[in-house]
Amino acid sequence: MLEKMKEIIAQQLNAEAEDITEATSFKDDLGADSLDLFELVMSLEEEYGVEIPSEDLESLTTVGAVMEYLKAKGVDA
Amino acid sequence: MAARIIGTGSYVPDRIITNDDLAEMVETSDAWIVERTGIRSRRITETGTTDMAVRAAKKAMENAGLPPEELELIVVATSTGDCLFPNTACEVQADLGAEKAVCFDLSAACSGFLFSLNTAKVYLESGAYKTALVVGADTLSKTVDWSDRSTCILFGDGAGAAVLSSTEDEQASWNRGIGDFTMGSDGSRGGCLTCRSTELCSPFMEEKKTSGFMTMNGQEVFRFAVKTVPRSIEEVLKKAELSPNDVKYFILHQANERIIASVAKRMKQDTAKFPMNLAQYGNTSGASIPVLLDEINRKGLLKPGDKLVISGFGAGLTWGATLVVW
Repeated sequence: MLEKMKEIIAQQLNAEAEDITEATSFKDDLGADSLDLFELVMSLEEEYGVEIPSEDLESLTTVGAVMEYLKAKGVDA
Repeated sequence: MAARIIGTGSYVPDRIITNDDLAEMVETSDAWIVERTGIRSRRITETGTTDMAVRAAKKAMENAGLPPEELELIVVATSTGDCLFPNTACEVQADLGAEKAVCFDLSAACSGFLFSLNTAKVYLESGAYKTALVVGADTLSKTVDWSDRSTCILFGDGAGAAVLSSTEDEQASWNRGIGDFTMGSDGSRGGCLTCRSTELCSPFMEEKKTSGFMTMNGQEVFRFAVKTVPRSIEEVLKKAELSPNDVKYFILHQANERIIASVAKRMKQDTAKFPMNLAQYGNTSGASIPVLLDEINRKGLLKPGDKLVISGFGAGLTWGATLVVW
């Protein structure tokens, strides 16, 4: 899952895929603001076929947190 | 029978309010507003919706070279008319002296101009009328809570107009004119962008329902726009059997630069194909598309045969896209 996520995040946030780890913070490390996160979440929704309500976004601050979240939603990748 | 745009016009008020002006009223900054929205200033009216609509309409009629007495239909897209009645279109009619025209307003917020354009197109194609004036005019400044920094930075006032004429030229019917369109609505999500009109109060009610300012869930609206706009544009292009590469300009409702940039990215199109003027005017609701169309037209950027896709989206929720072959 991490490899695919890296690719999506790198594309959405104009970052380098090799710099992205599970500990990467969207806001602190990649300079993403709330609108960037919405775009990212929408790409993830499309990729993984899940729905991510806006109120869940607050807890999704790092790459690892998103992976945990998607796994809890039953995403198996 | 096809409906063609034969003239455009627009008007924005002289009074300019910059981001720095707003930073003196609410806790915000020019840098924050520009980064999140792309907006640098907005125009604020002191005369209201009808006056702006009339000024834009007169310029469009002049541009079209159509005498007012030949106008058969006037549709004004507005959510912020000066009066509940008469409608704004009747007031525009009176000022223009377009005695023959039938006049009504159409309320679909930021999609209003697109919905009105499509409405007029269908009337013209049916043969019911031969000419139409379509105006988008809004005074968002009276619906905004100027102490709410999350919304007051976004909006401005203005008006734009287009004159339509039907043509019976068979060649033109498939070649040039207002082409395929798609429109949609989702009232179940209407709560994310609302503004009540006059208060509900009679001597028979114990509790009044007061009128209020606009409220917006910006996050939900952003997600709605970024998801729905590319989809509706793709839908209309599919109907017309065109690819995004065939389109010269995508003329989107000017809500937020970030929405437009995101749509361009999702459609894998150069942002240069998405003209913008929201830096100067902010979001002018029903006026944004016709004001932008008029600017492009007057700059001489539109040549016969150029393909444009016009896309509106906003409160309702409402959305739509229309192909125009200039």
